[in-house]
Amino acid sequence: MTARKPRSSLFRPQKPVDQSLLEDNKSLVDTINRRNVLRGSISLGAISMLTGCNVTDQAPVQSFLKSVSQWNDRAQAALFRPNHLAPTYAPSQVIKPARFNAFYDITELEPVDVPNWKLELAGQISDKRAWTAQQLAALPEQEMIIRHVCVEGWDYIGQWSGVNLRYFLERIGADLTAKYVSFKCADTYYSSIDMPSALHPQTILATKYAGAPLTEPFGAPLRLRTAVKLGFKNPKWITAIEVTNTYPGGYFEDRGFNWFSGI
Amino acid sequence: MEPIAPEPPPAKRHLHPLPLRVMHWVNAVFMLIMIMSGWQIYNDEVLFGWLHFPSWMTMGAGPEGGLLWHFFAMWILVINGIVYTGYGLRTQRFRRMLFPIRVPDVIAEVRNALKLKLHHDDLTQYNPVQKLLYLGVLIVITIQVLSGLVIWKPIQFSELTFLFYDFQGARLAHFLGMAAIVGFLVIHVVLALLVPETLKAMWTGGPMVDSAPEHSMDDAQADRPEPQSDGA
Repeated sequence: MTARKPRSSLFRPQKPVDQSLLEDNKSLVDTINRRNVLRGSISLGAISMLTGCNVTDQAPVQSFLKSVSQWNDRAQAALFRPNHLAPTYAPSQVIKPARFNAFYDITELEPVDVPNWKLELAGQISDKRAWTAQQLAALPEQEMIIRHVCVEGWDYIGQWSGVNLRYFLERIGADLTAKYVSFKCADTYYSSIDMPSALHPQTILATKYAGAPLTEPFGAPLRLRTAVKLGFKNPKWITAIEVTNTYPGGYFEDRGFNWFSGI
Repeated sequence: MEPIAPEPPPAKRHLHPLPLRVMHWVNAVFMLIMIMSGWQIYNDEVLFGWLHFPSWMTMGAGPEGGLLWHFFAMWILVINGIVYTGYGLRTQRFRRMLFPIRVPDVIAEVRNALKLKLHHDDLTQYNPVQKLLYLGVLIVITIQVLSGLVIWKPIQFSELTFLFYDFQGARLAHFLGMAAIVGFLVIHVVLALLVPETLKAMWTGGPMVDSAPEHSMDDAQADRPEPQSDGA
């Protein structure tokens, strides 16, 4: 049988494909085989593992990095200047409203029931009676316009008012020689700071932003604002404060972020 | 009077003494960790909307992992940098190797380089462009240390923050410094590969050279001035 001559078509080349290029490079084509391609891809994979993040997922590496982070806590505590004030800014520089940030989206926010809200106290405190919002509002108010710096890298200038934390800790008879002040929040968030940062003049329990009571997204009725820590060390919707010598950790801190996180 | 001892033969040592080679390769490894973990941190809040580093180029799982690596490599580079600076000043290596830099020499050498005429007949001598690049990268590293301190502690080091206008200025400077170091790294590696003797010398120590005569004999061997910089 002879092969039928194909009908001419617009979609079929009029001339047969030129094979000379394949002939000229026969030796090169012969070297391309499946085994070599596989071997090459394995090498490429090995190189990418060297540069990629896979190494960092190993448990011994993680525990080593964690101990370096604890060393960094101590280094930061040594660098901390207890009476060095953060720069403050003009009211015209304050952004309104503040920038929202949490471990969930703003639409998932569950507001605190303020009339029934109480601030619980625990740990090395002589007067552990709980506080209502009205009682806190009667305390002397401190206002500061400071820069909020997030661990991610963004920042904004905000105007915060509330009771000075050192004043409050003295008022409730807290042991100011304890190591940690720990905070629990209505949304299950928690965090803690070192005592020297808690006693810094620019650390307050804020109840107002830009002169008006805190709104729901920004921690109503009570949140921490300190000029000497990154944003995530400023818990919102505080429901309990504990003064303790036992390391309390924190939501992000327990997930690998540095605990001291001073700025 | 003591009898005059016969003149000892001139002391010989490697072109790159061992301490220098150790510092160079420690720097190489931890600079890469610093850069790749820095890209991971950058990705969490980018400065430029068009620029995200692909995950295979970054180091650390998530921003927290990047931060852990960054603040580990930081300490190694701080120690390495302090030792290197002390070494460079004590042996007068910086002064001898990086200066003088004359503008006409630089222009002539750039012209040669563009014609792909790289003069590396003598490994022990730096050409003017090399001097300029090595001095430049040392200055950039200094800026990286300062801007890094400001990003890490904008309040504790608030006296330094004004150098970069504000916190965001320091972030931008830190990013541009990284870009300059990466640019240097590309040129440095390409030139080392084009003239492989330089790469080999940084590994094995290179040829034996005379110790500089004007230095007193009580100096430790490694502290003697050298006719060749390490190419930080």
